[in-house]
Amino acid sequence: MQDNKDASLEALQEIRSIMDRSARFISLSGWSGVWAGAIALVGSYIAYGWMQKPDYGYARAQINEGSVTSFSPFIMHIILLALSVFIIAFAGGYYFTYKKAQSQGHKLWNNASRQMLIQLLFPLLVGGIFTMFFIYYGCAIFIAPACLVFYGLALISASRHTLSDIRYLGMLDVVLGCVNLFFPGHGLLFWAAGFGLLHILYGVIMWNKYDK
Amino acid sequence: MNNPIGQLNKIFDSRIRIGIMSALMVNEDVNFNDLKALIDVTDGNLATHLKTLEENNFIKVEKGFIGRKTNTVYSITKVGEKAFRAHIDALEIIIKGLN
Repeated sequence: MQDNKDASLEALQEIRSIMDRSARFISLSGWSGVWAGAIALVGSYIAYGWMQKPDYGYARAQINEGSVTSFSPFIMHIILLALSVFIIAFAGGYYFTYKKAQSQGHKLWNNASRQMLIQLLFPLLVGGIFTMFFIYYGCAIFIAPACLVFYGLALISASRHTLSDIRYLGMLDVVLGCVNLFFPGHGLLFWAAGFGLLHILYGVIMWNKYDK
Repeated sequence: MNNPIGQLNKIFDSRIRIGIMSALMVNEDVNFNDLKALIDVTDGNLATHLKTLEENNFIKVEKGFIGRKTNTVYSITKVGEKAFRAHIDALEIIIKGLN
């Protein structure tokens, strides 16, 4: 009888493991979050430095007033900086997750990770288009809130296909983006908090929970 | 009281068939290569077990193409889902009954 019990328990554990691995991408590393957060903070610091420069003083005033029109050189620099931050953060995040998948003997590219990327990238792309048009039409005060809200929604949508904890990070980013609407002109601060501090906090919690 | 071991479905005796059913329970459909990587079996072995499940009407097979490569995807049927749930329930009863 004990044999039957052991066999049944083993079968149930196997079922559970396959269900988890096939529907959720669980190799996401906590270090990826810490890395992305650190890069976001560095990026925010550089942007903050630029805004203090006298050459950019006019642009800063415009941003705070929300009257920047189309793509001024300053805005172009900020866009390039933001893109670099995104690429470096993504590349590092990929590296740590790749390492984790490798050490667990899991494949990085499977049904679950494909689903996760689609669910993540679609809201992100929409957010990118919105942000670009906010910049183009001179609504600079909406840039940081839009980044935070769409990124948060992207995480919530991807959370069905990866560690579900990522949903809470998404919710916090959405809330932060909405709160930012009440404080126009402080976009960079909210951006640094949402993309920098929250990522680091999330990464440390995830590392503690799953990687240690 | 009827014996829960009798409720176990013989078709789900194999680790590979259990793996296939588990993956199809939580995904709309899964293709051959993903199943292979997930369960860690050889092509021939997986194909044989898929055939058995298909013959029992537990899974549906759809052959498609991505470009020129064949892409065969598998999904679970209503019958299969019901049978697999009953099997899991029986496993649970066995574990609980002996505690």
